[in-house]
Amino acid sequence: MGRNLKVPGQVCLHHYHRSFGLPGIRAQQPPSGHDTGTEHRLRHHWRPADIISTVEFNHTGELLATGDKGGRVVIFQQEIENKNQPQFRSEYNVYSTFQSHEPEFDYLKSLEIEEKINKIRWLPQKNAAQFLLSTNDKTIKLWKISERDKRPEGYNLKEDDGRFKDPNNITSLRVPVLIPMDLMVEASPRRVFANAHTYHINSISVNSDNETYLSADDLRINLWHLEITDRSFNIVDIKPANMEELTEVITAAEFHPHQCNTFVYSSSKGTIRLCDMRVSALCDKHSKLFEEPEDPSNRSFFSEIISSISDVKFSHNGRYMMTRDYLSVKIWDLNMESRPVETYQVHEYLRSKLCSLYENDCIFDKFECCWNGNDSVVMTGSYNNFFRMFDRGQRRDVTLEASRENSKPMQVLKPRKVCAGGKRKKDEISVDSLDFNKKILHTAWHPQDNIIAVATTNNLYIFQDKVN
Amino acid sequence: MSATAAMEVNAEARRILAVSISKLYASRTQRGGLRLHRSLLLSLVMRSARDIYHSSRENEGPSCAQPTPEEPMDTGSNPGELTGLPEPQPEPQPALNSAELASEEPDSAEEDSDSEITEDKENLSPTRQSRKRRGKASAAPDFLPSKRARLEPGEERYAAPLGSCRAGAGESLTALSLNRVIPAF
Repeated sequence: MGRNLKVPGQVCLHHYHRSFGLPGIRAQQPPSGHDTGTEHRLRHHWRPADIISTVEFNHTGELLATGDKGGRVVIFQQEIENKNQPQFRSEYNVYSTFQSHEPEFDYLKSLEIEEKINKIRWLPQKNAAQFLLSTNDKTIKLWKISERDKRPEGYNLKEDDGRFKDPNNITSLRVPVLIPMDLMVEASPRRVFANAHTYHINSISVNSDNETYLSADDLRINLWHLEITDRSFNIVDIKPANMEELTEVITAAEFHPHQCNTFVYSSSKGTIRLCDMRVSALCDKHSKLFEEPEDPSNRSFFSEIISSISDVKFSHNGRYMMTRDYLSVKIWDLNMESRPVETYQVHEYLRSKLCSLYENDCIFDKFECCWNGNDSVVMTGSYNNFFRMFDRGQRRDVTLEASRENSKPMQVLKPRKVCAGGKRKKDEISVDSLDFNKKILHTAWHPQDNIIAVATTNNLYIFQDKVN
Repeated sequence: MSATAAMEVNAEARRILAVSISKLYASRTQRGGLRLHRSLLLSLVMRSARDIYHSSRENEGPSCAQPTPEEPMDTGSNPGELTGLPEPQPEPQPALNSAELASEEPDSAEEDSDSEITEDKENLSPTRQSRKRRGKASAAPDFLPSKRARLEPGEERYAAPLGSCRAGAGESLTALSLNRVIPAF
């Protein structure tokens, strides 16, 4: 297992120095044409299609997948050099890039279907190839990523370059042989799961049985078998008979990490429902309902918006789940429905700014959250390219910044502090100076080590715990 | 509640309503189609703002001394904020004050719309009933677009749902647009 995170305040992280947003490389001209290898994502003028929309480590942490608004998936692979040495430093390099989804048009509704990748989920590895599910608003695809490092040579009927030989000139017979070649990584779509969602897909989650997965949109959750694309089972349907009576939508859903019959889904009203698929085929009736009574002193115009849950994640040990709403992160014990066991304020100083955040649309931002490998620390993003970590055991938290200007390679990240009011101390940032265009919505934590991936709007930062 | 405070709240509610409506119209042309979640949240804010707007317009009139039964505020816990409203402050303050008023409004609004078919007419507060009958509410707020909503091809116009009746006939556009946010696609 990885080293425990040091006490926040003395948290030491290395700025990943290889590819992403490094001051040293900033002077370079952006590459023309397609991105190649290490210059990927380093652009002076980024396009909207480059906006990162999801980040996910695979089960070993060796691979890191990102999806973007342009429908592309980029997979990074960890170069493990001297992992057991004290100077261990992991580097992630581009492993594979492919176009997962293309923009489509729904002719019936005259609506364009965005190609933006909403979620990526890895399947546990069963053979040499890697598999992941990627989804846009309407269609889920299963991709196989495989390596090829040999190629056949010595065909009888073809030249090595592929041209066919003149049959009259063939005088001998030989057996083709496989010879080594430069590693090539191929991504091919193996399954396309389409036409099952009327509303926009917000979540996918692979079951621990490794055979099924769920996909959730605003009103329905479907259960799929990974091998079967022409049908799915609807297991949750909260669409009212009369849409004018609609009061809440599904915002996220996830399978339990160990119990293949259990899943949860969160709602825009701030509730989480735990469902057991053994109870009935249609899980409209929940087994547990997790809801915290609202604090009446915090009531405002925007109470409903900020209580909407944007992400729900089970802990690795399956005993807790974490939810993210606009201002806070809450940790729930699955055995207690009445209230969370822990609540962490991410950026409470924004509570008085909700009206402005409503006007500039930031109040609709959907932040994600994640656990570290041993469930002792949770992490989530904020504005101004800040992200926050909460150490549950030590009851401490830290605010860090992902930016090129403020961190040099191999430098320990300096904790940041936002000044909510009153006299601003040196090195503090006042709330009014925060840049709300720089938001960190997607973060991921390596399943075993203290390596984190943090996505700003169009850049990916990978940080690692300090090595002595 | 003083008349100036009511006006501030009124202005704030109007502003939020105007912002919300422009967001709603903008979302129709958004790539990827109408987002149900966002539309729902917008409609919730608009409903709160609309209710605040109406209740504060009401309070601009004669009844400024006592809180109306329709707005049972937490007078026990926050008397200072209601009676001694601060001078014009940066916008979060009026929003917060109107939020105090809103503390009960959205709940009653939710209840009303949930039970719109079986509205309990007997237990309507006098204020609510008087609002139902008052004539000056028929003038639509000036920030709203023209009364008749543009129809999509094939749509039919129908009467506003029961739940909005209490707001008066003139508010049918607001109620109509709010309730049709969701089924618009």
